[in-house]
Order: sequence, then C-alpha cells, then structure tokens
Amino acid sequence: MSRTLATSARVLRQLRRDPRTVALLLGVPLVLMGLLRLIYDRHLTEFDAVGAPLLSLFPLFTMFLVTSVAILRERTTGTLERLLTTPLRKLELLGGYGLAFGLAAIIQATLASAVALGALGLHVAGGAALVIVLCVAVALLGMGLGLLASAFAATEFQVVQFFPATILPQLLLCGLLVPRAQMNPALHAISDVMPMSYAVDAMRHLSRDPSATSALWGDLAIVLGFAMLAVGLGAATLRRRTA
Amino acid sequence: MLESPGVQIVPLAISAHDVRVSRGGNEVLRGLSFELPRGRLMGLLGPSGCGKTTLMRALVGVQRRVSGELLVLGEAAGSPALRRRVAYVTQAPSVYGDLSVRENLAYFAAIAGAEPARIATVLDSVELTALAGRVVHGLSGGQRTRVSLASALLGDPELLVLDEPTVGLDPLLRRQLWSLFGRLATAGTALLVSSHVMDEARHCDELLLMRDGLLIARETPAGLAQRSGTEDLDEAFLRLIASAGQDPPQASA
Repeated sequence: MSRTLATSARVLRQLRRDPRTVALLLGVPLVLMGLLRLIYDRHLTEFDAVGAPLLSLFPLFTMFLVTSVAILRERTTGTLERLLTTPLRKLELLGGYGLAFGLAAIIQATLASAVALGALGLHVAGGAALVIVLCVAVALLGMGLGLLASAFAATEFQVVQFFPATILPQLLLCGLLVPRAQMNPALHAISDVMPMSYAVDAMRHLSRDPSATSALWGDLAIVLGFAMLAVGLGAATLRRRTA
Repeated sequence: MLESPGVQIVPLAISAHDVRVSRGGNEVLRGLSFELPRGRLMGLLGPSGCGKTTLMRALVGVQRRVSGELLVLGEAAGSPALRRRVAYVTQAPSVYGDLSVRENLAYFAAIAGAEPARIATVLDSVELTALAGRVVHGLSGGQRTRVSLASALLGDPELLVLDEPTVGLDPLLRRQLWSLFGRLATAGTALLVSSHVMDEARHCDELLLMRDGLLIARETPAGLAQRSGTEDLDEAFLRLIASAGQDPPQASA
C-alpha cells in the first residue's frame, strides 16, 4: 500500500510540474460547456440532452490521453523497466496511477459540474454528487483504455492517433448523435459492446429521471466492468521480460 | 524475505552456466559460464553490440528467452525475492525528467523500502548534494547518469548491475565513481559494471571480456596484461581477439 501511495504522490508531483497540462485538464471542459450553452441558447432542452452526456465524457477523453502518454513515457524512458526490477508490483504501479488520476478526475468533474449545473443552468435531475461518481468511473475507463493503447504504440505520435481510432467511433455510436435504439441493428449491436455507450446511458438516466436508480447503477457497473477489463488487459501488457 | 536460520549464505553473487539468449532467431548470448563472488568488482568489457546489456538484463530478470543456469545470490535470476537484493542501472538514465533529483530519490527510496535518511548519504556519494533541488531535465547527461545510479544505491543492494555508468563523465568524476564502486565492493557488495572503455578495466578486481555473445577471457587486469604481453588494455583486448581467431573458444571460468 505504501508503494501505491508513493507512486500516486510521484504521479501528482509530475502533474504539478506541468501547470499547463493541469490548466488544460481543468479549463477545457469549462470552456466547451460554455460554448455548448451558447450554441443551444435557444434550445435549452437540447442543451440538457447533449450537455449532460458530454459532461460525463470529458474525463474519458482527458484520462485516455494523459494515461496513454504517461505510461508510454514510462515504457520508452526505461523507468518502467527499472520499476519492474524493484519490489514494486504491477498492481501497485497501476493502483498508484489510478489514485492519482482518479483524484484529478474528481477535481475536474467537480469543477465542470459546478460550472455546468450552476452558472450554465444545466439540468441534471440526479444531482451533482452522482455526476461526480459517474465521472470518476468514466475516468477509470479512460485510464484503462489509455493504458491498453500505450502497449500498441512505440512513440507519442502513435499513441495519440489511438484517440481518433478508438474513442471517436464510440463517440459516434454512443447515442449522442442518434439514439442507439434508432440505429440499424448492426450498428446498435456494435454500440452494445462499446463502453462509452453505457457511460452515456448512465448519464441519460441521471439527467432525466433520478428515480431510475437501478438502471443507473447497472450502467455504472458495466462502465466499471469495462474499466477493470481494460486495466487488466493493460496490466498484462506491462511485461517484465522483453526481447 | 524467506530467510530462515537454516538457509545457508551463498558466497556467490552470480553463477552462470551455459547461459544463452536468443532474439529474433539469432543467438545473442552463445553459452556464457562464469562466477562472481560477493564483495568483488567485476568489469564486463567488450565492443558495443557484443551482448553486455543482454547479459545484464538476463541477470535482473527482464530478458526473455534465457536458457542455461543463471543463479543470482543463490536464486534463479529474476525471481521476485531478488528484486530488493539486486539493483540495476540501465545505460540510458531511467529517472523521471520532470521531477527534481530529490523527488526522484524519494520515490525510488519508497519503492525500495529504504530509509529516507539514505537519500542524503547516496546523494553525497555521487556528488549530487548541491543539485538535489534541481529538476532532472535541466541537468547534463553525466549528472542524469548519476541520479540514475544514486537511485539504485538507495536500497543497499547485495548485487549492483551497472550498464556503462561512466559514459559521458569527465575523468575526475569517472575516477570518483570507480573509487565509489571499489568502496562498495570492499563493504561486501558484488558489482558487475560494463564499459567499452578498456582503460577503466584497471579499476576492477576481475574482468570478463566479451565478443559476439561469447566470453573470450576472464582475467584480473594484471593477468590480462601478462597474458597479452602489453600494459595497454586496448591493445591487450585486440591481441586476445586476434589469438582467439574467428570463433573464440569458451573461456574457462
């Protein structure tokens, strides 16, 4: 446990040394939510319909990028190889990253929901606390997917290309553009196995009908399941012995 | 970890018998056998590409496809219990460039389970005390190498495996580091230190000379000079290669 906490502290220290990244992490969701509010200035019900799911997707986007680049750096600078020759266990390393980025996600989600639900008047029936819970789950999913992506990239150029390759198709199919039920059966089936669909479903439940808690928790559990799966697969790619 | 009173102390830090490593169908280590006792400073010399790094990676358990018998401190190389007893420094400094020297050491100390007080001692031994607050990115190559080395010393390892730790350092610093290695060996640590600078060989208790994945000699620096008939270690190495012919026989250990 102490090695996990030491790893989190180290990751947070690295983040603190990079104030521009922190400013972008925290600031971009606010600016984009503000922009969305202006776009839908005359259609406030649609602002609620699009804005709420989008609020829950920022942590996925940012944590995917931050994690994929951070782990790729560990792989390419030799620090991962060094860590794997020390008593640090793989799960302690990933747990350390999870705690640090989870904390970053809590701060990001708190700030973004405070602005969106407060100043911008976004209606989320389930309230801000559940939004933050969902955002943390989604952040862990983004972390897991980023970890996995880092295994298939040799450079930072390559790893950022996994964002349009793996995240954008999910964005198109998650129900944000066209409700999933109205898609053709093949696309609907594909969207069924994409984790982002459940994040958006969960936020839909949360924003419209706070009484539909069982559906909300079900979707949340699926998001967390996908996150676990991605982290597990990603952990398997942290190979101690390489050629 | 599993030490009980019944476990006998193994005097050998490394015991290698017919160690082979293949990569992409090629055999990059072609049957190495040697022993390194505790408390000895062993130099691993040879031209770049001869397999020095592969041997070191096999010793610390990060190399795939190792065959033969490779024991480190009496246990199979790479076994989890060895991770707190063996420290490895890669050729490229593997530390966090965006953290300060002290922050790097604090993290690696926490991982190794070392006392925080060790940080000051280790900083002092690699002459980095004055730079402790500096971010690693802003340091010179030689300074970064020393941060990487310092990180490995924190856990007071029984075996130190150092891949070209003196590359890019000025002569004064090189001498200081070799004298540090000597002190560590005197204190009981076994060290395997690679270099492609033959001149550094004279600081070692023993030398392993490698070429093309084979050991071509295991000698003391004095023995090497005597065997090859020259004091110039560069020349001695060249003569050994020449006398070993195209496919040098396995050196006896």
